[in-house]
Amino acid sequence: MTQPVALTINGRRREDHVEPRLLLVHYLREVAGLTGTHIACDTSQCGACTVLIDGEAVKSCSVFAVQAAGREVTTIEGLAADGILHPVQQAFWNEHGLQCGFCTPGFIMAAAYLLKQNPSPTDDEIVRGLEGNLCRCTGYENIKKAVRSASEAMSGKADGVSGELVGSAAVPVEG
Amino acid sequence: MAVTSMIGARIQRREDPKLITGHGNFIDDVSLVNMAHMSVVRSPHAHARIRSIDTSRALASKGVVAVLTAADFKGVILGPLPVTNSFVADKKQVPEQFPIAAEEAVYAGEPVAVVIADDRYLADDAAQLVSVDYEPLPAVMDLEKAMEPGSPLVKSDRPDNIGWDAAFPAGDIDAAFAEADFVLKERIGQQRVFPTAMETRGCVADYVPYDNRCTLWTSTQVPHFIRLFVGGALGVPESQFRVVSHDVGGGFGAKLRPYPEEYLATAASKITERPVKWIEDRTESLQATTHGRGQIFDVEVAAKRDGTLLGLKFTQLLDIGAYHGVFSAFQVVACLLGGGCYEWKAINARSIGIFTNRMSTDPYRGAGRPEATHLVERVVDLVAREIGMDPAEVRRKNFITAFPHTNNFGLVYDSGEYEKSLDRAMANIDYPALRKRQEELRAQGRYTGIGFSTYVEICGLGPSSATAPAAGIALVESSMVRVHPAGSVTVSVGTHAHGQSHETTFAQIVADTLGVPYDSVEIRHGDTGDTPFGYGTYGSRSLAVGGMAIMASCHKVVEKAKKLAAHAFEASEEDIVVDHGRYFVRGNPGEAKALAELAFASYGAGLPEGMEHGLEAVSYFDPPNFVWPFGCHICAVEVDPETGAVSIDRYVAVDDCGNVINPMVVDGQLHGGIAQGISQALFEEVQYDDATGQMLTGTMLDYLIPTMAEMPHFELDRTVTPSPTNELGVKGIGEAGTIASSIAVINAITDALAPFGIKHVEMPARPDRLWSMIKEARA
Repeated sequence: MTQPVALTINGRRREDHVEPRLLLVHYLREVAGLTGTHIACDTSQCGACTVLIDGEAVKSCSVFAVQAAGREVTTIEGLAADGILHPVQQAFWNEHGLQCGFCTPGFIMAAAYLLKQNPSPTDDEIVRGLEGNLCRCTGYENIKKAVRSASEAMSGKADGVSGELVGSAAVPVEG
Repeated sequence: MAVTSMIGARIQRREDPKLITGHGNFIDDVSLVNMAHMSVVRSPHAHARIRSIDTSRALASKGVVAVLTAADFKGVILGPLPVTNSFVADKKQVPEQFPIAAEEAVYAGEPVAVVIADDRYLADDAAQLVSVDYEPLPAVMDLEKAMEPGSPLVKSDRPDNIGWDAAFPAGDIDAAFAEADFVLKERIGQQRVFPTAMETRGCVADYVPYDNRCTLWTSTQVPHFIRLFVGGALGVPESQFRVVSHDVGGGFGAKLRPYPEEYLATAASKITERPVKWIEDRTESLQATTHGRGQIFDVEVAAKRDGTLLGLKFTQLLDIGAYHGVFSAFQVVACLLGGGCYEWKAINARSIGIFTNRMSTDPYRGAGRPEATHLVERVVDLVAREIGMDPAEVRRKNFITAFPHTNNFGLVYDSGEYEKSLDRAMANIDYPALRKRQEELRAQGRYTGIGFSTYVEICGLGPSSATAPAAGIALVESSMVRVHPAGSVTVSVGTHAHGQSHETTFAQIVADTLGVPYDSVEIRHGDTGDTPFGYGTYGSRSLAVGGMAIMASCHKVVEKAKKLAAHAFEASEEDIVVDHGRYFVRGNPGEAKALAELAFASYGAGLPEGMEHGLEAVSYFDPPNFVWPFGCHICAVEVDPETGAVSIDRYVAVDDCGNVINPMVVDGQLHGGIAQGISQALFEEVQYDDATGQMLTGTMLDYLIPTMAEMPHFELDRTVTPSPTNELGVKGIGEAGTIASSIAVINAITDALAPFGIKHVEMPARPDRLWSMIKEARA
């Protein structure tokens, strides 16, 4: 038994018929073919599946696809625009904020949301904003650094190596 | 694309653009036409006889292709899982493990049936309908009780529960103890922990019917191992079995063996004539992916009142689990490194591997070395406390100072400067000021502590002369370097990566060694179809062994390029000078050829007589010795006596991994490694119910992986003592952080609680444990 769901993903509208029990994360990965959103815990502790729904960070393993009907979903694939990385993506690259890269899409989406809500978070606010995401590789040191660096870049206060790269080295990306 | 020195440069990773934009290719991203999904039915019992399995309801369920049990796999999977019989000379019991239980399930989570269906929801639905009639049997959970004669057995066809009992005596231990002013005893635990790669395991098997060819995509650290063993068990020769491992979302030791599900999915693909995908969920992962540690050490130390260490006796009780992990016995290496970075007159170690009705233990980041470091660094602090000497000074007094140093067990430490890293770390944390502050705070009723960890570790596994006798395998590594006609370079290696940045750092090495632009070098790994056989990535070996295999091939390419240059310039080969990838006749640097030009010539006409076409080389590197990173970590904590909560105020590390290829990557490896050791010290523990053997920590809600809120800032620094073992002068850094850090934290906590008379604290030092200890001490 399926039911229709119509929504917008990364600016593109699509309609599908899905089972009501299908999780949004499975819908994104297996129906829409957007495999950048990952699953790592199944119980909503890890945040690897974080996407934006109507601009708000949501763990897509805790939402049914049908609940996203009529909403605008942004996934990691939709964050870079016109081949230019989002400042958070650029900062994760500059600051070595990822190693295996599996948790990274969720972190980047959560951090992008955090900085949109609070462009200049304190260290404490960064921790509170991202404590719903787990990483096993980085000890979080460079993730914190990346979020600070992205915050500076977005507010135009960037200096030093990171700032230069963020400001000038727009990197073309595929897709 | 200027040709500059890349070795030692902090350059951004080339791995990252795809990973930060969602274009990675992890195992669950692999999808094939007509692919079916596998769901595994697992034993809910730690130990039970399987009376019967009724698959009829599951078979009738929507979308189900097949329901398979051990009987169905018998003629398809022709052999058991592999085990390396390392170090188990004194008493061996190596029971064979078939990938699926037939008559008796021996740990909670052991596969008993699989369902193959059209999608994963339908496969999971049907898995609920498989009805297994179990007769529960006693679960063997306690290590010491399991060793007693007459104990219930982990599996009913075994003589007892002992996997090995190996003695490692070195020197006259009685004489060393006779010389002592005092002897101290302690029991030091290493709780079971879960490696917790963020990506769980998974695989996609595509067996081509009537052709006996197979491709297996899997998330692994060791693609060539998987091909060797899974292909072997399925009767597919290596030439027709391809293992592909694209991006791997972390491993930490738990993905360095072939697992039952890789056999089952491959066999299921053969049986159903469809590609079969299996993706582990997190609860399955906690139950059925190997655990780490799970050990108890009983230790006695003999020392003098002036702080001189004399002798060390210890027994390692190691919880093997129900079956040997493929490399579980490697953790016995803790015995050989139990002396740490100190001089001892004698060490007498013994390791007993004990079966229990739990998941197997296998190497987890550091494997044996974190245990050794935790043991010896705890012991040194106990000695310091006993004689009222500063723990730093006890260390300084006993450090090994001359290199190469042959340790009590005959292992040769290649280079080191232990006092230098201790001094640097003490300066960086301002040790005198910290001690002064500690005194002031104690007067105010606040409990801060300072913990040292001065470690040495063995890595770069390893010379075949050592690994073959001990483990039955020669841990060499391979490379193939091919310069294409227009000058770009493909480097294929037998190692793999799961976060270690090899695509970047190996390319840095090749760029310098061949003198070609960094961007022209492509690193390939993880696909047995286009890489030479290699032993894979673990034991901090990929650079010191794999990197050297790359160097060896590069040197061969340069040698041939010199011949090509000599021919082009009509000069003698001895007169050709190679400088940053420019080849010219001595004295005439103005007229030079780049490697790309020589490569083009190598594929063309008019080669020197007798020279084959092409510019490429294959090499296998067998290192002459292990390599021995070292360093000093100092942790400063405060313990709240009312709650038992620990806060880490400072964490200072000075590490020495020899020469550094990319400092950004080295720091990143340390961050993650230190975090895992801290997390073992404070939070993590795989718990099973003692009576029933049920796992109590089956989700990430119950098994505590630290978030950003729990991790301190890491203050890193390094000394550089090049390794004399290899041309690059490198050691290894993947595991050093984990090896050093758990005991820095525990020694700091113990120091903080000294006013309560508390001398030893076990891991994990959770608030409830510390609160109870403080309460008891106050009573």
